[in-house]
Amino acid sequence: MASPETDRKAGAGGSICRPPTAADRLADRVFRGLTCAFAWLTLLLIGYIVWRIGGTALPAMKRLGIGFLTGTTWDPNQQKYGILPEIWGTLYSSLLALSIGGFFGVAIAIFLSEDFLPDRIRVVLKATVELLAAIPSVVYGLWGIYILIPMIRPLANWLHVHLGWLPFFSTSLTGPGMFPAALVLSIMILPTVAAISQDALGAIPARTREAAFGLGATRWETILRVLLPTASRGIFSALVLGFGRALGETMALAMLIGNSNRLTLSLFSPADTLAALLALNFPEASNLEVGVLMYAAVILLTITLLVNIAGEMIISFSARPGGGRS
Amino acid sequence: MTSSTRNNQAALPASDAAPDEVVIDCRVEKIFYGNFLAVRDSHLPILKNRITGFIGPSGCGKSTVLKSINRMNDLVRNFRFYGHIHFEGQDLYDKKVDPVTVRRHIGMVFQQPNPFSMSIYENVAFGLRLNRYRGDYDARVEEALRRAALWDEVKDKLRNNGMSLSGGQQQRLCIARAIATRPPVLLMDEPCSALDPIATRQVEELMVELKKDYTLVIVTHNMQQAQRVADRTAFFSVDITRGGRTGYLVEMGETTELFANPGEELTREYLSGQFS
Repeated sequence: MASPETDRKAGAGGSICRPPTAADRLADRVFRGLTCAFAWLTLLLIGYIVWRIGGTALPAMKRLGIGFLTGTTWDPNQQKYGILPEIWGTLYSSLLALSIGGFFGVAIAIFLSEDFLPDRIRVVLKATVELLAAIPSVVYGLWGIYILIPMIRPLANWLHVHLGWLPFFSTSLTGPGMFPAALVLSIMILPTVAAISQDALGAIPARTREAAFGLGATRWETILRVLLPTASRGIFSALVLGFGRALGETMALAMLIGNSNRLTLSLFSPADTLAALLALNFPEASNLEVGVLMYAAVILLTITLLVNIAGEMIISFSARPGGGRS
Repeated sequence: MTSSTRNNQAALPASDAAPDEVVIDCRVEKIFYGNFLAVRDSHLPILKNRITGFIGPSGCGKSTVLKSINRMNDLVRNFRFYGHIHFEGQDLYDKKVDPVTVRRHIGMVFQQPNPFSMSIYENVAFGLRLNRYRGDYDARVEEALRRAALWDEVKDKLRNNGMSLSGGQQQRLCIARAIATRPPVLLMDEPCSALDPIATRQVEELMVELKKDYTLVIVTHNMQQAQRVADRTAFFSVDITRGGRTGYLVEMGETTELFANPGEELTREYLSGQFS
């Protein structure tokens, strides 16, 4: 039985304050160790993937060299490989998708975050936009082939007939091609851009809006001159992520772009992208061709990594004290 | 109502100077947020080139009335105003009046410093650009910053972000931004509540300096501040007798007179700290 003295020591004044127990400390260390391990595992995994792909691609890299990037023919029978049209097609389709999807995505973000709508309608609209991200890529592809292409063909051919002297409209749209692919791609990146831009706009403190309105800015002046510049870093990240997604998107593009090894500015001509090339060629690939496909995969990986790193760097270089998304 | 009789006395010409000109004649009948009656029956004549202080306990509607003057409350959903606010021969709540125009003529400084996340220069030039000012921007920006007693501290870093300044500097930047377009009236909603005592003193000195050219209305919960800067003081209180929490003006008068010799028992109790 505890003496009155130890009793007083243990619970002076009825205080129940205690140091953490040994079990608490152990749990803390285990938890920290686990999170640390998983974080490093991610890095290791990326390293491993790059290493293995690079390793498999090495024979093809040695054999084809840098000419692989500038060549324009792809002929497994003669063992001639070049992916310049695919690189071009990847960048062109993604840039087109980014300009269409980025514009509408940011517009949607403004509309949904700036108090234009009653809350109930806004919640429904927001969920609908996010639902676009839940549609499987292959469904987009089918929709593009059987519904979108027939729908836009009259417009495309009208443009070709009347504005055919512009390089963008220099061919007619007969089936799959760059424009339908880019359109579907822009719908696919729309939810990403909209959701992240919306977060960036929503993170602007209410007092910033108050300041603009207090100076006598109209709603549009507030949005264009204060809110968009303030959220510019967040919106830029949204665009970079959307672009990254567009670069790597495969299924819908493989179905819609036409898979034709052409280097063209025309929006209505079939073209090809790196991702589609990989998806369509791997079933019949034999020894060297596997290496060639891996080489192309390395290029695609490099492009996406470069885009993301460049985006991160631009964001952190433009970091402003107290500004941006915080 | 006692408040109105006292208002009338206070609005009489001051003993020595020229007759005081009423710049804003604010007659609140009722202000609602939804079904909630926030403020009732308050008549507040605001005199030119004077500092008018609004004091009173929390929830007495002093900020609500202040924000009604430049129609900031129109941004609050379900806000309804009954009454009249006359400014330059116009009723600000007339249907034809655009709230945006009102806010361009009646500037506002907020409780929390709220500079834009852009350069110090652009912060001050913002109002000039809104009003499509075609003149010497540099001169206007410098003048506004000088008047806000901030020029010497920022003249070498006008391109830095306004958010990089200290709290007190940010608030003075917001004052510079508000006065760059020289609005005749400046409203300040507890402008020092987020500042330390030194920054508070600087902003208070600035207010006294500014009243030469501007009419100022400040809300403060600090009675010493009201005594230090306000020429005239309006005391608001909360009426809980009718089941709600409705603010109303108890009395308004020259600050020295109000503090030395309050006309209402409620005012006397509040000023002496006996308010429950």
